[in-house]
Amino acid sequence: MVSMTYRDALRRAIDEAMAEDDDIVVIGEEVGRYGGAYGVTKDLIKTYGPERMIDTPISEPGIVGVAVGAAMTGLRPIAELMYIDFLGMSMDQLANQAAKIRYMFGGQIGVPMVLRTQGGTGRSAGAQHSQSLEGWIMHTPGLRLAMPATVADAYHLLRHSLTLPDPVVFIEHKALYAQKEEVDLDAPALPWGKAAIRRRGDDLVIVTYSRQLRFAMEAAGQLAERGVEATVIDLRTLNPLDFDTIRMEVERIGKAMVVCEGVLTAGVAAELASRITEECFDFLEQPVARVAGEDVPIAVSPALEAASVPGVDLIRDVGERLVRW
Amino acid sequence: MSLKHTADSGATTPMGGSGQAPKDHNSALPDLYRTMRRIRSFEERVGELFVRGESAGSMLHLSIGEEAAAAGICAVMKLQDTFTTHHRGHGIFLARGAEPRRMMAEIAGKMDGYCHGKGGSMHIADMQLGHLGANAIVGGGIPAVVGAGLSAKRKKRDSVSVAFFGDGAMQQGILYESMNMAALWDLPVVFVCINNQYGMGTRIDQATRATNLHERALAFGLNGHSVDGLDVEEVRNRARSIVDEARGGRPGFLAVSCYRFYGHARMDKSPYRSEEEEIEGRKKDPVKFARDRLISEKLAGENALGTLDGEIGKEMDDAIDFAVSAQAPSLGSMFRDVYAEGEPEPEPLKIRLDRVLARN
Repeated sequence: MVSMTYRDALRRAIDEAMAEDDDIVVIGEEVGRYGGAYGVTKDLIKTYGPERMIDTPISEPGIVGVAVGAAMTGLRPIAELMYIDFLGMSMDQLANQAAKIRYMFGGQIGVPMVLRTQGGTGRSAGAQHSQSLEGWIMHTPGLRLAMPATVADAYHLLRHSLTLPDPVVFIEHKALYAQKEEVDLDAPALPWGKAAIRRRGDDLVIVTYSRQLRFAMEAAGQLAERGVEATVIDLRTLNPLDFDTIRMEVERIGKAMVVCEGVLTAGVAAELASRITEECFDFLEQPVARVAGEDVPIAVSPALEAASVPGVDLIRDVGERLVRW
Repeated sequence: MSLKHTADSGATTPMGGSGQAPKDHNSALPDLYRTMRRIRSFEERVGELFVRGESAGSMLHLSIGEEAAAAGICAVMKLQDTFTTHHRGHGIFLARGAEPRRMMAEIAGKMDGYCHGKGGSMHIADMQLGHLGANAIVGGGIPAVVGAGLSAKRKKRDSVSVAFFGDGAMQQGILYESMNMAALWDLPVVFVCINNQYGMGTRIDQATRATNLHERALAFGLNGHSVDGLDVEEVRNRARSIVDEARGGRPGFLAVSCYRFYGHARMDKSPYRSEEEEIEGRKKDPVKFARDRLISEKLAGENALGTLDGEIGKEMDDAIDFAVSAQAPSLGSMFRDVYAEGEPEPEPLKIRLDRVLARN
């Protein structure tokens, strides 16, 4: 076991993958000399040089588009989008090109690239640097979507993403980079596409992913003090989605809530809640509660920012009300 | 003659098929003419396929009037080169060696098409021929050639990647990001703007003040030029130096000026331009120009050309027959190729619903 941060685990995954596979290149703004806006690629340029740690101009559509072309012609690029909010710039290359190329071209070729980016609140970064846009990705067939919540998953999911034949959007959470955990990265990981049950209880199912897992775990701890035992499911990947694990737990327990940082309406929480309702209807004792971001842009004010996304207190309170209905 | 030879270069293959084919091996014009004639005839048959109700939809964009750009530039590309095209890319793909039958079948949305009916006219592609894909987003396919150039440079492949697009894409930001990166990184990449004067119904001078298009490329440090698209030999000659220099690491840009003879797509009768303008524009006919020159320079006789044209017509008729009789893709194929083979596939809605509703 070693103590490691989420940031270091990501960096180690990139470093090891690049050492093993010459075709992996990193393409993005400030990824080389600067070392990444959040320091994830720090010093990798010393090992791999500017030919593989490719600093780009500020051209987000171009970064993704170049990665698409490189992936089609034999490289395995890691494109980095400094903030997921910049998807507004890059969405054509991601959703209309990367996601659809295999299908449009009748299966002739895939786009084995990883788009690394980070999202979420926590730094008073404002409305254009704090969003949780995973719903956009999940809504686009052809894109795999990984959202690690733990240090070990930051490593394992990124390593696995770099072996896949299709484009993977890999969304980190900006508030997790400094999170430190004791990990043994050589221990076997859960398979790609399999959700993790982080805590087991018989009273309530909490389905979540990314940073909200931390809040959910803390809330579950507080609920336990009040006699409510929650099962907490960390989805790890949203595409593929391990609905079997959700179904098994919801059918066993009968009460479920979904916790996401992205905004409520037509988001990931909406999809998960509706699937649970549709597929586990006979087993549900309560409506499935969506605990998600408010339908507002993220404000800079730390108070407004924190209040606009789910937190420990809200998750705990909703959990308690669901159980004591 | 083999189609691959058409893709390779006009220099090595004599005009094929007819016993009366011209024999002057010093001129590339016969081959260039043949390529252009095949494009013209193919596009005419695409129009026919639509009129017969056998095409998949009406979003078919013909490159009639633009043949010299496709033929001239493709003639100087090599087999290992890659390219992307815009939505008006039939001619380019043909000039790179595509089989008309499989193209027409794709345009008809059939299983035997290049993309098994999933791509159609605007998303046709073939990795064997280096076609990284046609694109229905204006400018959408441009940055991919920068990525391909990056791969070629890193893997020392000696291949050039060419982005073909229309004048409409000259007003899209992605072009400038792509040109900038290609120049910054000295990539073997060429940007080709086929300026047919119209982005849908908007004439180039209604879309920009800066109509000397290659000047924009110069501003980014590219090897930028413009050429008239009437004379295919002139296009080819200009393209040769640009593509050769790109192969050496100096990316280039070429704007080819021509006139879109017909509407934007099959339903467009061009109400936004006058009949006089169209009559004048269609005088700029690269196929006729090359044909007249073949005769005036005694590179081919009227009879030989008539025979050739007839043979090409038959080839394209056959492509229509093939497309019409080809099978539609099976409905089950809908769920294939969203992800790679062996990867988890989307669950069909009906299976989901059966499962959900069976519970109650």
